[in-house]
Amino acid sequence: MTSGAKPSAVIVDDHEIFRSGVRAELEGLVDVRGDAGSVEEAVRLIVTERPDVVLLDVHMPGGGGVEVIRRVAEERPAQRFLALSVSDAPDDVIAVVRGGARGYVTKTISGPELADAVRRVRDGDAVFSPRLAGFVLDAFAGQLTEAEVDPELDQLTNREREVLRLIARGYLYKEIALELSISPKTVEAHVSAVLRKLQLSNRHELSRWAVERRLVD
Amino acid sequence: MAEATQAATRLIRDRERGLIAGVCAGVARRLGIDPLLVRVVSVVLAVATGGIGAVAYLVLWVALPEGTAAVAAERGRRSALGVRRGGWRVAAGAGFLTLSLLLVLRELGLWWSDAVVWPFMLAAAGAALLWRQSRLSARPVDEPAEAPAPGRPTTARRARTPLTDLYRGGFGVALVVGAALLFLSANDALGEVRDAAFAAIVAVLALALILAPFLWRLGRNLAAERAERIRSQERAELAAHLHDSVLQTLTLMQKCAGDPREVATLARRQERELRSWLFGGGSMSDDGTLGAALRRVAAEVEDAHGVAIDVVAVGDRPLDASGEALIAAAREALTNAAKFAGDAGPVAVYCEASAERAQVFIRDRGPGFDLDAVPGDRRGVRDSIIARMKRNGGEARVRSVRGEGTEIELEIEAQVAT
Repeated sequence: MTSGAKPSAVIVDDHEIFRSGVRAELEGLVDVRGDAGSVEEAVRLIVTERPDVVLLDVHMPGGGGVEVIRRVAEERPAQRFLALSVSDAPDDVIAVVRGGARGYVTKTISGPELADAVRRVRDGDAVFSPRLAGFVLDAFAGQLTEAEVDPELDQLTNREREVLRLIARGYLYKEIALELSISPKTVEAHVSAVLRKLQLSNRHELSRWAVERRLVD
Repeated sequence: MAEATQAATRLIRDRERGLIAGVCAGVARRLGIDPLLVRVVSVVLAVATGGIGAVAYLVLWVALPEGTAAVAAERGRRSALGVRRGGWRVAAGAGFLTLSLLLVLRELGLWWSDAVVWPFMLAAAGAALLWRQSRLSARPVDEPAEAPAPGRPTTARRARTPLTDLYRGGFGVALVVGAALLFLSANDALGEVRDAAFAAIVAVLALALILAPFLWRLGRNLAAERAERIRSQERAELAAHLHDSVLQTLTLMQKCAGDPREVATLARRQERELRSWLFGGGSMSDDGTLGAALRRVAAEVEDAHGVAIDVVAVGDRPLDASGEALIAAAREALTNAAKFAGDAGPVAVYCEASAERAQVFIRDRGPGFDLDAVPGDRRGVRDSIIARMKRNGGEARVRSVRGEGTEIELEIEAQVAT
């Protein structure tokens, strides 16, 4: 899963202290091409620097991370984002992941772990923190309602549920693979499948979170 | 103080002390005399006037707001904020009272013309409205009630009343003027006044057209100002909170900067507090559920041992007896993890709860241990976790790998009601 070269990244966060902190932590592990403190600045920087991964804050003035994803997608639809946030509110997290981020980690994550997450996102994998796994299990719990007609998208398979549960329990991917007697690649495939469902599903809970978020703003 | 006076001066129907509908008791309260006296006078009046007193009683029954002393105080306070309806009731009440008085006089023979009935009624209603209005607008100035908290501008609320005043005062004036005109016309004294009145009405209409935009803008400005006040109030509240909690913690952290563990504990505690404050922390505040209890226990262990504990909870259920046993066992497991694996990164807690069952996983990345090798006198895991779970119809499993960490799984099935 780790293919050679250092991944490149751009840090987007409206707090200067935090940006320099992350920069220092990723020193030598990730090629940080720059940082930005506002939506405008971020869009310009990402389009010119073309980093492998954008580390994206959820809360920012001027529309937040979701707005950055939306505007960058017009120019670089393949750009990969990793949401990095202190927010624990499910609606925030779900909104940014549904907006297109390939994962979500909390800001308390250590430098090496963050670098690993950046690498995984660059390689096209999804990165779920235990908390995000918990949210997703919550959102996909319970029966389907009549409006949700696509069981393919609106329901998790048992395997996916097991994988998410282990992530929520603090297991690393390789430990999950060992526990379930499958290969790490398969674990990643499951997580990516969950990410896809998370982004495309019409499940009532997911829509509700999205709606509430818009109301709150 | 202010409330007590208002309770005494507001005219209400006092259901607590009343016999029929509380009208007499209310009047007595208002006048500060014994209800019995009022009742006797009322009965005498009712009999003497041939039933009209009874009609007056019915009118008061309908017109007066019902309430107790406390309600009266509350109503008094609300009307100070510009509640409109009370004003109309008083106006109607005054009108009807006048009507009944006129009927009494007519009955007694003190009468000169039926034409004065409507003018008098209207004039009484208008005067009542005006009188009440002047009382209302005077009150907020000398009223220290409402306990203005620091930075909480009561003026924001008062700002709305001038327009209301104008509105209601205008009706009062109109009623009185209408009554006067009616009186004059009834007495045929209006002939030459009519032209002047017409001119006056045209003038008033023109004035209204001129003033309308100004009044409209005034209203808009007041609304905008009010919104701004509310915003600044919120800002002040936020600033106060940040000062009370975050700044204090930062000061503490600077003082003990030499002790990394203490600093980490302080930071975690502050983070938790701020989080629950910012995100409403629904589950944090409401303590009757398993998830909330687990979070609280995790927070306590975190504080006591200075170890980070991340709690992820899916689903929830009310906290019953077996749930409490589960929480107690979880506390023991968390304490162990904090003691023996505290330096190996955060402890992960995962809780999955539904109506049928609840599971809690506690995972650390410490050195791990072999349950069979734990000396018999160290009873923590066996007694407080495994045996306790068994006693409560649940189960505990310990999985520990030397060098990789420990995971303790606690599980209970839903309690069958006995």
